[in-house]
Amino acid sequence: MTAAVLTKVGVGSAGALPVEPTIDPARAPAATPVLAIEGLTVGTGAVDLVIDVSFEVAAGETLCLVGESGCGKSLTCLAAMGLLAEPVRRKSGSVRLGATELTSLDDRRLRDIRGRDMAMIFQDPVASLNPVQRVGRQVAEALVVHEGIAMRSAMRRAVELLGRVGIARPNERANAYPHQLSGGMCQRVMIAMALACRPKVIVADEATTALDVTTQAQILALMKTLQDETGTAMIFVTHDLSVVAEIADRVAVMYSGRIVETGPVDALFDHPAHPYTRGLMDCRLHALSAAGGRLAAIGGTVPRPSARPVGCAFRPRCPRAEERCEMVPELKPFAGSQSAACHFPGSAR
Amino acid sequence: MSLRFILGKLLRAFLTLLLAVTFVFIVLRMSGDPVSQMLPDDTPASVVAAYRQMWGLDRPLPEQYARYVAGILHGDFGFSFRDNRPALDVVLERVPLSLELGLTALALTIVLGIGGGILAALKRGTSVDHATMAFTIMGHSMPNFFLGILLILAFAMTWRILPSSGTGSWRHLVMPAVTLGTSYAATVARFTRSSLLEVLHQPFMRTARAKGVPFRRRILGHALPNAGIPIVTVVGLRLGALIGAAVVVEPVFAWPGVGQLLVSAVAFRDLAIVQTIVLLIAFTMVVVNFLVDLTYGWLDPRIGMVSGEAAA
Ligand SMILES: Nc1ncnc2c1ncn2[C@@H]1O[C@H](COP(=O)(O)OP(=O)(O)OP(=O)(O)O)[C@@H](O)[C@H]1O
Ligand code: SF4
Ligand SMILES: [Mg+2]
Repeated sequence: MTAAVLTKVGVGSAGALPVEPTIDPARAPAATPVLAIEGLTVGTGAVDLVIDVSFEVAAGETLCLVGESGCGKSLTCLAAMGLLAEPVRRKSGSVRLGATELTSLDDRRLRDIRGRDMAMIFQDPVASLNPVQRVGRQVAEALVVHEGIAMRSAMRRAVELLGRVGIARPNERANAYPHQLSGGMCQRVMIAMALACRPKVIVADEATTALDVTTQAQILALMKTLQDETGTAMIFVTHDLSVVAEIADRVAVMYSGRIVETGPVDALFDHPAHPYTRGLMDCRLHALSAAGGRLAAIGGTVPRPSARPVGCAFRPRCPRAEERCEMVPELKPFAGSQSAACHFPGSAR
Repeated sequence: MSLRFILGKLLRAFLTLLLAVTFVFIVLRMSGDPVSQMLPDDTPASVVAAYRQMWGLDRPLPEQYARYVAGILHGDFGFSFRDNRPALDVVLERVPLSLELGLTALALTIVLGIGGGILAALKRGTSVDHATMAFTIMGHSMPNFFLGILLILAFAMTWRILPSSGTGSWRHLVMPAVTLGTSYAATVARFTRSSLLEVLHQPFMRTARAKGVPFRRRILGHALPNAGIPIVTVVGLRLGALIGAAVVVEPVFAWPGVGQLLVSAVAFRDLAIVQTIVLLIAFTMVVVNFLVDLTYGWLDPRIGMVSGEAAA
C-alpha cells in the first residue's frame, strides 16, 4: 500500500532513490523499547504545550512524529533530549533510555548521555553548525568529549565518518567551514556528528525540511541505510507525509500538544482512525493531485495553546464533532495495532 | 585568509594615509600664509619674499604638494619654532609616555570590559549582570575630565593615597589610566554582553549542547570565537576615541605625553607640531584598522575567503 500511495501521488524523487522502501507491515510495535516516553507534559507557566505524550521506539525502528506547525513536535524532541530551555520546562512525565530514567539525572550525567547514547539532528543544518569552526573538528568534538581521545585521532575518525555519510573527498571537506558546503552537505556533517559515538537513539527534527527535493531524498536514503547498518532507533519529525511514507515504521500524529493517533505506517495510511489524520491524508492528496478533485481539506487553524477549546482540541475543525466531544477523548486502541484519541474513531462521514 | 584580502587591505590603508596627508596639506595652506603669521607685521616685504622663497611657498600648489609629500616620506615633518628642533623629534620624545598610558588603559579595558561583559552575559538577569550594566551606564555617561577631577578629589586631595599629577611610578599611572579606560571599558562591556547573548541563542550552541559538550568548552570553544568579531570591531573602533580622550585626560593629570604636547602646541600656534601629531594619530588609526581587519579574517573564515570554493 505504501508503495502504491507513493506512485499514486508521485512523491518527489522516490523513483530516484537507490534504496527500496523496506517497511515491514508485520513489524510489531517496539519489542524492547530503547527509548520510552510516558505521560510527558511540557509547558510554560500555566500553559501546556505538550500534554500527556507517551510513545516508545525500539532498536532499528523509526517512529515518525507528524502534525501541523506548532503542535509540539520540537518540544517533545527537546524534552526527550533534556534540552528544554527556559521558560519552557517539563512539568511531568518520564523519559527512559533503556533502564535509565533521564528525568532524574543531573545535568552532568545527562551531558554524558547526550551525544553518546542519544543524538539529535536539526532542521537548519547550516545554522546548526558553528560557522567559524572547521566541520571535521565539529564532528571530532563528540569523540573528544565522550571518548576522551585526543583531537588528532578524533579527527582521523571524523574523516572516516564523513566518508561514511557519503561526502566525497572527506579529507578535504573536513577542513571546510559550513558556509563552504551546501545545505545537504551540512546535513551529512550533522548526521556524521550524530553517528560519531554510535548512539542508541537519533532524534531528527525536520532533518530534511530545509533541503531541496533531490537532496531530501538522498538524505532520507542515507539515514535509512545507516540505520539498517547500526540498528539505531530513530524519532523522525516531519509534517511531510511523503517523507513519512518513505521512512516510518510507526507514526504518531500530534495535534495541539497531544498525540491523537498512533500506529503502524501502513495502517495509518490505509485506514486512518482519527478525523484529523484523515484530514491530513486528504490534504496531501488534494495538494498533490493535479486534477484537484474535491477532497475534503481541513478548514480552520490550530488553536493557540493558551486558547484551546474545551474537550477535544480538534472539535472546531472536526466534521464529525458531536456534543460528546466536549469531553477530552482518551487515546484508546483501535483496530488492533492503532490507537486514536477520538470518541468516534474510524467512522468517516 | 587569502593574500588578495591582505593586499587589498594594505592598499586601502595606504590610500587612507595619503588622504590624511593631503587633508593636512590643504588645511595648512588654507589657514593662511605661515610666513606672515610668524613674522612681525612691520617686516619688510623683501624679507617676507625671501622666507617665502626659502620655504618654497612661491611655487605652484601642485609642486608644493609634491614636495610636502616627499618631505613626509623622508621624515621631514617641519620645524618646531618653539623648540627650535625638527617637529618629529619633539613629538617622538613624548610617544613612549602616551603609549604607556594608552596601553594600560587598553589592557584595563580588555580585562574589565570583555571580562565584565562575559560575566554579565553568562549571569544574565542576576545581580552580577545588573551591577555590571549599572557600571557601564555610569562609565558611559560620565565625561572623562569630570571623572578625572572626581578621582583627583577623592584619591589625591581627600585620602592622599595617589599623586594627582606627573609621572615616575605606577602610582602616577593609576588615575589617568582609570580615567581614560572607564568609558572605553563600559562600551566594550556592553558590546561583549550583547554579542555573547546573541551567540548563546544561535542554533549551533544548541547543537553543542546536544553533542554533550561541557559548559566551559561550549563558551570557550563555540560562543566566544563567534562573539569575538563584534568585540574586536568595537575595541578597534573605540581606539580612536581613546586617542582623542588622551588629549583631554593628559593635561588634567599633567601627564607629559603627546596629548598634552598637542594642547600646548595649539596654544602656541606651533603648526609643525600640530601637523605631526595629527599625522601620527592618523597613522596609528590606519595601522589599528588594518590589524582589526586582519583579526576579522582570522576570526571569521567567511571574511576574506575566495568565495564559491567547494560548493557541493
Ligand atoms: N520558548 C517558548 N516559549 C513559549 N512558547 C513556545 C516556546 N517554544 C515553543 N512554544 C510554543 O509551543 C508550541 C509547540 O512548539 P513546537 O516548536 O514544539 O512546535 P512544532 O510542532 O515543532 O512546530 P513546527 O512544525 O513549526 O516546528 C507552539 O505553539 C509554540 O508557539
Ligand atoms: S473526539 Fe469528536 S471532535 Fe474530536 S476528533 Fe473525534 S469526533 Fe472529532
Ligand atoms: Mg519544530
